Amino acid sequence: MIPGLLLYVVLVMPPVAARLEGSMVGHMLVQIPLLALAGGLVARGVVDGRGAVLAGFNAGGFPGLLVAAFAAAVWMLPRMLDAALRSPLIEATKFTSVPLLVGVPLALSWPLLPPVARAFVGANLISHAAVLGWLYTVAPNRLCTRYLFDQQATVGVALLVVAMALLVGWGWVAIAGAPIGFWSRDRTHSPLS
Amino acid sequence: MKLRAVFAAIAVVSTGLAVLAAVTDGFRATTSEAAWRLAVGERPQPLPDATLIDQSGRSLRLSALRGRRVLIEFFYTSCPAICGLLASQFQAGFERLISQSEGPEILLLSVSFDPERDTVTELADYAARLGADGQIWRVARVNDPIELRRLLDASGVVVLPDGAGGFVHNAAIYLVDAEGRLTRVYDPEAAERAVAELGG
Repeated sequence: MIPGLLLYVVLVMPPVAARLEGSMVGHMLVQIPLLALAGGLVARGVVDGRGAVLAGFNAGGFPGLLVAAFAAAVWMLPRMLDAALRSPLIEATKFTSVPLLVGVPLALSWPLLPPVARAFVGANLISHAAVLGWLYTVAPNRLCTRYLFDQQATVGVALLVVAMALLVGWGWVAIAGAPIGFWSRDRTHSPLS
Repeated sequence: MKLRAVFAAIAVVSTGLAVLAAVTDGFRATTSEAAWRLAVGERPQPLPDATLIDQSGRSLRLSALRGRRVLIEFFYTSCPAICGLLASQFQAGFERLISQSEGPEILLLSVSFDPERDTVTELADYAARLGADGQIWRVARVNDPIELRRLLDASGVVVLPDGAGGFVHNAAIYLVDAEGRLTRVYDPEAAERAVAELGG
């Protein structure tokens, strides 16, 4: 819980926020995922207390996963990145909603998801990152008016690298197995398998 | 999966789709530019007044052009890219306008957003190269940086330094109606079509 709070405090600091939002990669692929991670770390710290209350509504983890997916989709829209830079209200909404609606539900739902659902999420994440990356590299127009054209292409390349890294990482875990102690003790295979 | 979770999932999907629809204008606009074009088409936007200095050094208020429709483009003369396309489109539209026997009801206005380099002399050279006549097609600058900023903001034009002495900007052609309101945003390659559509 403490690491999540610390991470959030660092991300909210104006110089850090300004630095990350100064580039499209920093905004889209660093700040927003780290905000989600901060929310997730905090949620894992309090999961015993609140998880039981919500467990009935989040059986199987699907409702929570859907909350995270929709919230993440909103903040991946180019116009929302522009809006966050233009409006302090939208910026505050981003700093609130990404940890609460992406990080928290994802952290609470992931352990509840059946392996096939995790595999589905993983495969979708990789394919979406690859397709989006390709689209960002070939798009003839700027998608965000607040960022330069070359930054958009950089995001595209970064997304392709992320997709490749996820694929390699997933393949490695599937073949070699997860590092000892990485998953719970009774799980000897990848949760994605 | 428990019934409560099924209802929760249905509620999440419904709410999620509603939120996505709200932030994309009904799934029609995922970028700021597309959203701006939709907004202008549905709700004409008033443009602030500004004092323009044209290629002949004449001063005129933007509001003085009310009563006629005006197609506006924003540019800078040293632009190596998209401004050239806008200029060639305005040239085609201009030729169509001057071929009319009756006086044209549409005016063309090219406004520089680089007043530091685009002096009146520079604008005059630019206008001469393109054949802008200073009557139907004016090439102008805005002296007051505050007025320029307001005009760009009201038009939805975002200009960013490109780090190499130039600018990156969204390029489009803006239709201002006879009441001085922004009513439509055309693609950069659509000036001639816009003139034809408007009866020019």
